[in-house]
Amino acid sequence: MKALIFDIKRFAIHDGPGVRTTVFLKGCPLTCLWCHNPESQNGDIEICNVNKPIGDQMFITEQHIGRHITIDELMSDIEKDRIYYEESDGGVTFSGGEPMMQIDFLEKAVKRCKETDLHTAIDTSGYVPYSFFERVIPYTDLFLFDIKHVDDKRHKAFTGVDNSIILDNIKKLAECGSEIWIRIPAVPDYNATEENLEALSNFISDINAESITRIYLLPYHKLSSHKYDNLNMADKLVNIQEPTANQMKEWQRIFAPLNIKTYIKG
Amino acid sequence: MNERIKYLREISLNAKEHISTERAELITEFYKSSRALEVSVPVRRALSFRYLLERKKICINSSELIVGERGPAPKATPTYPEVSLHSIKDLEILNSREKVAFKVDKKSLDTYREDIIPYWHGKSNRDKIMDALSDEWKNAYNAGVFTEFQEQRAPGHTVAGSKIFNKGLSDLIADIDNEINNLDFINDMRAYDKREELKAMRISAEAMVMYANRHADELLKLAAFEDSDARKDELINMASICRNVPEKRPDSFHEALQHYWFFHLGVVTELNPWDSFNPGRLDQNLYRYYRHDIDNGIITEDQAKELLMSFWIKFNNHPAPPKMGVTALESNTYTDFALINVGGVKPDGSDASNELTYLILDVIEEMRLLQPSSMVQVSKKSPDRLIKRALKIVRTGFGQPSMFNTDAIIQQMIRQGKDVIDARNGGASGCVETGAFGTEAYWLTGYFNLVKVLEITLNNGFDKRTNKQIGLRTGILDDFIGFDDFLNAFNSQIEHFVQIKLIGNNIIERIISENIPAPFLSLIVDDCIKNGSDYNRGGAKYNTSYVQGVGLGSVTDNLTAIKYAVFDTKTISFTQLKEATDNNFEGYDKLRGRLIYDTPKYGNDDEYADKQATDVFEMFFNAVDSKPTARGGKFRINLLPTTCHVYFGSVVGAMPDGRLSGEPLSEGISPVQGADKYGPTGVLNSAAKLDHVRTGGTLLNQKFSPSFFNDPDVYNKLTAIVRSYFRMDGHHIQFNVVDTDTLRDAQKNPEKYKNLIVRVAGYSDYFNDLGEDLQNEIINRTAHDMC
Repeated sequence: MKALIFDIKRFAIHDGPGVRTTVFLKGCPLTCLWCHNPESQNGDIEICNVNKPIGDQMFITEQHIGRHITIDELMSDIEKDRIYYEESDGGVTFSGGEPMMQIDFLEKAVKRCKETDLHTAIDTSGYVPYSFFERVIPYTDLFLFDIKHVDDKRHKAFTGVDNSIILDNIKKLAECGSEIWIRIPAVPDYNATEENLEALSNFISDINAESITRIYLLPYHKLSSHKYDNLNMADKLVNIQEPTANQMKEWQRIFAPLNIKTYIKG
Repeated sequence: MNERIKYLREISLNAKEHISTERAELITEFYKSSRALEVSVPVRRALSFRYLLERKKICINSSELIVGERGPAPKATPTYPEVSLHSIKDLEILNSREKVAFKVDKKSLDTYREDIIPYWHGKSNRDKIMDALSDEWKNAYNAGVFTEFQEQRAPGHTVAGSKIFNKGLSDLIADIDNEINNLDFINDMRAYDKREELKAMRISAEAMVMYANRHADELLKLAAFEDSDARKDELINMASICRNVPEKRPDSFHEALQHYWFFHLGVVTELNPWDSFNPGRLDQNLYRYYRHDIDNGIITEDQAKELLMSFWIKFNNHPAPPKMGVTALESNTYTDFALINVGGVKPDGSDASNELTYLILDVIEEMRLLQPSSMVQVSKKSPDRLIKRALKIVRTGFGQPSMFNTDAIIQQMIRQGKDVIDARNGGASGCVETGAFGTEAYWLTGYFNLVKVLEITLNNGFDKRTNKQIGLRTGILDDFIGFDDFLNAFNSQIEHFVQIKLIGNNIIERIISENIPAPFLSLIVDDCIKNGSDYNRGGAKYNTSYVQGVGLGSVTDNLTAIKYAVFDTKTISFTQLKEATDNNFEGYDKLRGRLIYDTPKYGNDDEYADKQATDVFEMFFNAVDSKPTARGGKFRINLLPTTCHVYFGSVVGAMPDGRLSGEPLSEGISPVQGADKYGPTGVLNSAAKLDHVRTGGTLLNQKFSPSFFNDPDVYNKLTAIVRSYFRMDGHHIQFNVVDTDTLRDAQKNPEKYKNLIVRVAGYSDYFNDLGEDLQNEIINRTAHDMC
């Protein structure tokens, strides 16, 4: 069995505690307008041309986005940075895309990680059957759970899918005891409105679970526009500005009543 | 920082580097005298030292607390014509060159023209060295295969151990007399030589006591004319300090600093050793005095800090003696490489950090000076607090303090056969060089251009730049059957050129020990007194000579490109590849793109590429390590470049890794600039595959953008990075925290960035003082960022 991944990022320091390796699995059921990794959406290998400078010239290379990898190959890549995980209480994060789209592989991968005493995290959109969660819970120390919008209509408009499965899943997951960090992208005008963030805060408050230990607000940034170009995809958010530091702090305050540590990702 | 320190710091920063001919005039006067001819060489050197100290202008700067300058004023830089003689043209270039200039006034030029040059022409140590070296050596040197450290400066890497902080010169004189009295003229055929060397050490010790007393006299004279009562008291107190030290062992923290400073002045006045001189483990050597003075209410913590800051300024007043030609290119900086060590372990192996360690780190952060440079020694027993404190200073972006692995340093020294206690008392000096402080004479002999040797191998032993057959005829490219066959050819060339270098070194070592013994330095380093033998003659307990390999990342990527393109994927023939490099890739853009972007590279934890790094390491190590030196020591390797990777790049044509002709080589054991794609752990894992324990130091720099530090948890994560690298026996790591855009802007608008300091290699320097090629090289290094 092989997984389709599009990247393995080492020294990932924003995807869970400590120094981590993040494995990005390719394919996602969501098509968020603000997607930071558009190459993650399509569940097939894509080919694009990339320009690289050679002196004053450009060297054009054909780049394959996505590659198949066996569990043994992946484990050997993960093992390379074990010493850093140990020194920093870090570990491995599976992200995407939606990593649970490849649940058979993912289950094997987190199981193998636990067998070798590695801390595991799964970064998920939550848009999968809950039975998938049940398969990985025994081997997963931390879920990074993304929530975008509480309003179902808007959620569908911005991400392409309903939010009911997502919201149900987090409620169920919160009861099973695995640690959860909630991650909320902060995209001005889209989901980062006072109304939505307050609704999100109330939603989390209603879950009222000790297992939710952190909330991260992820400020939208424009770094990925060249990626859209390379993929011949349209960047639909060209007119959105990145939120200011002050804006982020105001939004952070909305979550203060929850008594859950709320961070702005750097 | 109080007003006094602010004032002294400004004076030091604003003083302009200039040449003082005072020392050259005095040494010439002495050598011309009949007295110089009547005595043995060691005694002659001691008498010349005394002659200097009797007549040198005493410089006491307003407001200062530690006294004594190498020249007659801050940044006044003496010359050492007995070591190497500057020509009028050299001095004119020094005066006018754009970077690292030393002002030379007309009077100095006249003095050189009329007195110094006529006497020393053909007589300097450099002349003797050049006369004695073979054409083979000179051809390789001119081609840029290696450099020679002792060509313009005396042997360096001299670091004080604890001895001089616990003994006065009168104690050392007693030790000398004891050795002289016990000489055995019946059984010891060297007894007479030993007596001459010991006599020379004694004369030097007495001369330094006299020199300190001249400072005391001058301080009292100033006190008599001083209007301010407070300063008058200070001057009188400083005079009594100079009466007590360095003759007697220090009684206080202030005395200990002044005591060391006189030893420092002695070393850098006697000769111009590479890497000035260094108080070594400062927080260890001073701790007893600090504790005593604080506990007894003699000084406050603020006063201790003020004294340390005054001490820092003294170092910054002394730029490196001016270098010329290739020697300037290999180390093109004012920095004289005094490297303060803090942290590490005690002689019993326990953690050595103490309150003074942290006070010194405060001083480093506030002073923000190039000299002295600073480092922390991190052992597995060191608290994380020490690493985090150091990282917070690193964050401010001036490349200090660097971080060293005490446990690796100790392992290195034990492998070399040193006693474990001596190893624990050691550290790193200069850039990253391992040494047993106070017991070892470890000389750097020159940089070795690994990439040049590969270029020569590709040309069957021929150097195209100098148009000479300087290497072995190891075969034409089409005849190599497999990659290993080619690698064997490269190995033969490395052995060939290392041998030329080592033969040269042994000739040079003999010339130095015969002509320029260093009796004052011999007082400091054990066991010169006990052995009755000079530091420059092998008198130290341990004697080591290093050859510093340069361009490891570049040579690895070149070999990998050859292996990958020619032998494994067979996408191009060896001759075609050679044709492309011979044409500096003109018309070969596509091939060059493939070589740069689609070929495995060192620095990514990629076994395919890293294998070549460890292969080259073994070749270089085997060619150098354990060969005997002329003064009874052993040759060893280390891997560091100072600024030589730029010079070495300038003499190498286009190469198979896609590098164009003349571009800089990779720096230290860092990857080729921009070749590392997988972040810091990829780089560190590649670098850790080298066996650091079999070196005497390796140099790894990592560039981080300031935004990286926005993460609140960044210090924990970087601490983990440092700990991990050190668990893998990494020797040294340093972080450059700077924005690439800032550097680009600084290049365009230097006037806006007068205070911008960057990490170059094993040291920091003002960005404006760097040559454009070196500036570009630093800009092109990969910056780790987080988004």
